[in-house]
Amino acid sequence: MKEIRLHGRGGMGTVKAAEVIVHAMVAQGGFGNSIPFFGFERQGAPVTSFIRLDAKPIRPKTQVYEPDCIIVLDRSLQTAVDVFVGVRENAFLIVNSAEPPESIEAPKRVTTIATVDANEISIRKIGKPIPNTAMLGAFVKCTGWVEIDAVVDKVAALWGDANASIVREAYDSTLILRR
Amino acid sequence: MSRVDVLNGNLAAAHAARLSRPEVIAAYPITPQTPVVEYLTQFHADGSLPCQMSEVESEHSAMSILTGASLTGVRCYTATSSQGLALMYEPYFRASTLRLPIVMNIVNREMISPQTVWGGPQDSMTLRDAGWLQIYVEDNQEILDTTIQAFKVAESAEVLLPINVCYDGFYLSHMTERVEIPSQEEVDAFLPPYRSRHIILDPETPMAVDPLTNGRLLMEYRRKHMAAQQAALVAIEKADAEYARRFGRSWGGVIDEYRTEDAEYLMVSLGSVCGALRECIDDARARGVRVGLLKIRSLRPFPRARVIEALAGKKGFGVIDRNVSFGTNTGILFQEIRAALYSAGSRYPAASFIGGLGGEDLTLEIVAGAIKSTIETVDAGKIDNEASWLVRPERKA
Repeated sequence: MKEIRLHGRGGMGTVKAAEVIVHAMVAQGGFGNSIPFFGFERQGAPVTSFIRLDAKPIRPKTQVYEPDCIIVLDRSLQTAVDVFVGVRENAFLIVNSAEPPESIEAPKRVTTIATVDANEISIRKIGKPIPNTAMLGAFVKCTGWVEIDAVVDKVAALWGDANASIVREAYDSTLILRR
Repeated sequence: MSRVDVLNGNLAAAHAARLSRPEVIAAYPITPQTPVVEYLTQFHADGSLPCQMSEVESEHSAMSILTGASLTGVRCYTATSSQGLALMYEPYFRASTLRLPIVMNIVNREMISPQTVWGGPQDSMTLRDAGWLQIYVEDNQEILDTTIQAFKVAESAEVLLPINVCYDGFYLSHMTERVEIPSQEEVDAFLPPYRSRHIILDPETPMAVDPLTNGRLLMEYRRKHMAAQQAALVAIEKADAEYARRFGRSWGGVIDEYRTEDAEYLMVSLGSVCGALRECIDDARARGVRVGLLKIRSLRPFPRARVIEALAGKKGFGVIDRNVSFGTNTGILFQEIRAALYSAGSRYPAASFIGGLGGEDLTLEIVAGAIKSTIETVDAGKIDNEASWLVRPERKA
């Protein structure tokens, strides 16, 4: 089983991005669940969402405490939230950043770091800095845990072709550091 | 043909309601049930849910409208949570004592105060003695399947009682996972249209309903109501068996047992924490600890005989309650299990736990700890008269 934690802010589509990953996993014959961390929904407030992916049905309906992968939709969160709490060995980290992955500080347990300039792609394609779809592309490129076509199909169905093209461009432009 | 989709618990409930072809829906939004109302109004707007949809000004009105509608012999559905259920209390009790087979999902949310919007079945469990049937479920597929079955159970001639299908707020209502949605044709074949025969408001054939009634006759009503609750024990099992034949999924009827056959210890609970319990039971089994799960699906009627049978020959048990029974120092389910066992002729060591209130997570770590603690209590031959509180430790990186 793979466990993922997403850190974003209200309005960035964090919870929806988690749901798209579960959709993709189910579309390819697997199982997944996603649970948002339930706070009062406010624009800009820190938001956390949890995902589990597996080849067999997933029984725990609980939050994720020891993630194999951390997705950070907004780097400024790192001053407000400890995004690395409980992270497992050989974990993946995906950050929304214009900088290369070498510039990202992370504990040694994180052995793969990926960055993508999600805001830039999003503003250029849909005129708004909504980073979730670009982060989906980066997630697929970095981990390979779900298929890119399944993610693109679901994003197209939910939000249209412009957003689907964001996923593809982010997938192609994601920078990955394995260490 | 059924289709596979990824649904949150509220959408699973809304699909179940849609597929069951209710003729009247009246509902008022409240967190965490709100999306159920949104999905249903969306289905109604796009034509896939042809019914009378009433957006009322309160939960009291929602149940009052359904009471009137059900009295005319039509199929009725609604959903609510916590304070909404509390506001509905007066027509809630009346719907059951009028023997109206209304189906209502309760998206379990902790009761205030202090102010909270998060999960916990205190809302519906507190109302266990208001005459409704109450079933508690563990995942989103079970929400969908059980809500469809609920109409069949409630409307069966020997039952004729309203029913709640209860699921944990947020942990299920806002969790997305794989769910199979049966086709309309399949559900139609399982669930024929409702035809009321016991009580119909019809100007063509007038009848008096709910006149002022003396105590002697009221006791006769109560006695029959209680008999109908007992009949529901059978109706729930029958509906589950028929559903399994048609759709290939059984949820166990009034209880579900997991790895109980050769178990020495049983963990007892209801709702979404049963998923974590299954996981932790497998871990314990891998270490040679013979523990199993007794999941209570039907809290009302309470499956006394099945509980006694499931516990027969075990060393003892532990109950995880996500609620409190004020004045008893334990949770409600612990009280129910102990009461059922009084007639069993055996005295079982037992551990009582309260945790997961107000949306607090019942993590795998906490659940594993409760299993360990149960085994210690049972091996020491003790019976808890006071619950242990399951509290999550603070974590640091």
